[in-house]
Amino acid sequence: MKITGAEALIKALEMEKVDVMFGYPGGCILPAYDPLLQSPIRHILVRHEQGAGHMAEGYAHVTGRPGVAMVTSGPAATNLVTPLCDAYMDSIPMVAITGQVSTTAIGTDAFQDCDTVGITRSITKHNELVMSPADIPLAVRQAFHIATTGRPGPVLLDLPKDVLQNTMTWHWPTDDEVAASLPGYKPNTKGHPRMIKEAAKLMLAAERPVLYLGGGVLKARAAEQVKQIAELLNIPVVTTLMARGAFPDSHPLNLGMPGMHGTAAAVTALQKSDLLIALGARFDDRVTGKVATFAPEAKIIHVDIDPAEQGKVRKPDVPIVGDCREVTKELVKALRELLDGGEKQADVGPWRSRVSGWREQFPLTYEQSEPGEALKPQYCLEMLRDNAPEDTILVSGVGQHQMWSSQYWKFEKPYTWVNSGGLGTMGFSVPAAIGAKVGCPDKTVWAIDGDGCFQMTAQELITATLSNVPIKVGILNNSYLGMVRQWQEMFYGERYSEVDLGGGVPDFVKWAESMGCVGIRVDSPEEVEPAIEKANSINDRSVVVDFRVAEGEKVFPMVPAGASNDDILLPPSQTPKREFLR
Amino acid sequence: MSKPRHHILSVLVQNKAGVLARVAGLFARRGYNIFSLAVAPTEDPELSRITIVVDVEETPLEQIVKQLFKLIEVVRISELDPSRSVERELLIATVRAGAEVRGQLVELANIFDAKVVAVGVDALTLSLEGSPDKLDDFEELLRGYGIVELQRTGRIALPKLDREARVRAVKGKAS
Repeated sequence: MKITGAEALIKALEMEKVDVMFGYPGGCILPAYDPLLQSPIRHILVRHEQGAGHMAEGYAHVTGRPGVAMVTSGPAATNLVTPLCDAYMDSIPMVAITGQVSTTAIGTDAFQDCDTVGITRSITKHNELVMSPADIPLAVRQAFHIATTGRPGPVLLDLPKDVLQNTMTWHWPTDDEVAASLPGYKPNTKGHPRMIKEAAKLMLAAERPVLYLGGGVLKARAAEQVKQIAELLNIPVVTTLMARGAFPDSHPLNLGMPGMHGTAAAVTALQKSDLLIALGARFDDRVTGKVATFAPEAKIIHVDIDPAEQGKVRKPDVPIVGDCREVTKELVKALRELLDGGEKQADVGPWRSRVSGWREQFPLTYEQSEPGEALKPQYCLEMLRDNAPEDTILVSGVGQHQMWSSQYWKFEKPYTWVNSGGLGTMGFSVPAAIGAKVGCPDKTVWAIDGDGCFQMTAQELITATLSNVPIKVGILNNSYLGMVRQWQEMFYGERYSEVDLGGGVPDFVKWAESMGCVGIRVDSPEEVEPAIEKANSINDRSVVVDFRVAEGEKVFPMVPAGASNDDILLPPSQTPKREFLR
Repeated sequence: MSKPRHHILSVLVQNKAGVLARVAGLFARRGYNIFSLAVAPTEDPELSRITIVVDVEETPLEQIVKQLFKLIEVVRISELDPSRSVERELLIATVRAGAEVRGQLVELANIFDAKVVAVGVDALTLSLEGSPDKLDDFEELLRGYGIVELQRTGRIALPKLDREARVRAVKGKAS
């Protein structure tokens, strides 16, 4: 029996076990929206295509399943560019479906005709313009296969209108057919046994080792094995911005986040280490600071599924290309074998006490506000953290509030933290939180946002209301582009250029209410806890809490851009004892 | 022409629309320079071979190869060692050739085994197929007569049969 390309598309998505997609209909994708009416797939109608993309990302972050976004051609496709690039930078599995003008009109500058595949080529793991309805099932299977295997990432399928309208004979490709259609795609998941043995030996010999965890640990669902390694060897762990939650913050071996706004202990431990065991991490500039002076005495074991990450920034002594879970499983085995065979681990006791010293001397700190002074954003986060229901998922935008969220929250479980790390996309938080809530409807989802970020994508709260996806948003509202202001204060001689967002406009409470949410404004410390309690008690609609916080607060510690990690700037109260970091 | 640090990459790709744009786009995106590029289908109509000459040090070359491997349609990449491969290139050139120098030019063409493909009143069009070095020499000598237009194809290459060419590992590909 013949079916249309559109029917084949929806059927293929069902075959791929898609339960929800985020989208927005329009001219060229119209044919696909018709069979959707008969499909069990839930469709969340967004207010802007960018929102659909970030929702798909948020969904993928917390569930591990690929997020799906479907939009039309032209401006809808270009509106999807930011989330695609975001997903590419943070290795988020995602499948985007865009409509395209009919095959005969492609390239003629027809209405809403644009070169979607060309535009998104460098920001997707793969993309494909499908030119025949008969090719749709294979294209969909390939897309999900590519998006979810190897180093995950976004895949885009561009579907011309006539391809959706014309008919085909349904055939669902077998695994073999998919493999044969991708002769050049064979991700290596198993680490090289000799390299694993080599790594195990180095790990036992190291006197100042650090486990440097990146987002790959979460993507590979390797948190359990990583914990076994840390505890077996009793060595300190740092969790990058993308790996928060991969190792419990309450664990005595966890030093927290390294990098530009990392803890002094995490930053310094990397600097003084003699062996970095990098798992699913990519030596990002925000972590290494000035590369030439990064961890100068450390040997490097680098486990990553993407061979191109090996040696991209820092040449590893032991490169291991493979899936973090498979490799760490083998590493645990190799370490046990060596230990059982009588091999002794070097004494890491002195290193551990040195590292603990840093942690005790240099905790994250801020100055509490005096009575009558403006509210401190860090205080709001501490209160949010302490009052959060168990397993709360925290989602943030980009800027100061993102760094404070990562710093002050206590992440105990994997997949409870969602943020835009690589691309640094302002406006990520609200739509990503909606996607996360769709993926985990039984968990509380708090979006922490800045007032700048919030104004970029706030309209998706209408989506949350109308689709019955209640989230909670805490705006750390300092009326400024806080992080830019911080840089202008510190590095541009306090010359504030275009960072004042205007104080009282908009009225976030009224705005929230107009979108069907509950709005709460908080000005003083006494109001913080009651407001959070109220927000946590409301579960039938979204809540927006407008925390009016101090405008001049800065994020510390800080390694200035391009500076060495050795030159970390401590909070003013800790500066006098910085010698202790040596 | 000075001796550049040439590396020849022989890249086997699926013969599909947009693959060349993907490869070229990757070079542009990562800031690598392509010295020459030649692309055509192979004996298998499903596959094309792109011969890319890049002018870089070893370390960026390793990144180029790894990044190229990440393209889904790239099936295999071999780095060909110039001393263990055969390289060919085609050159056509239109050269000023008044009556007084025409004889010299034809003689030069004979020495190089080039062909005269078109003759005009005061110009000749010559073609030469051969190793890129030989083409360099020929081009140099033609320059003295006045080159009106010149076009080279960029090199294509295959491993020599007598010894195995250095082939970059195919395993561990993609992610």
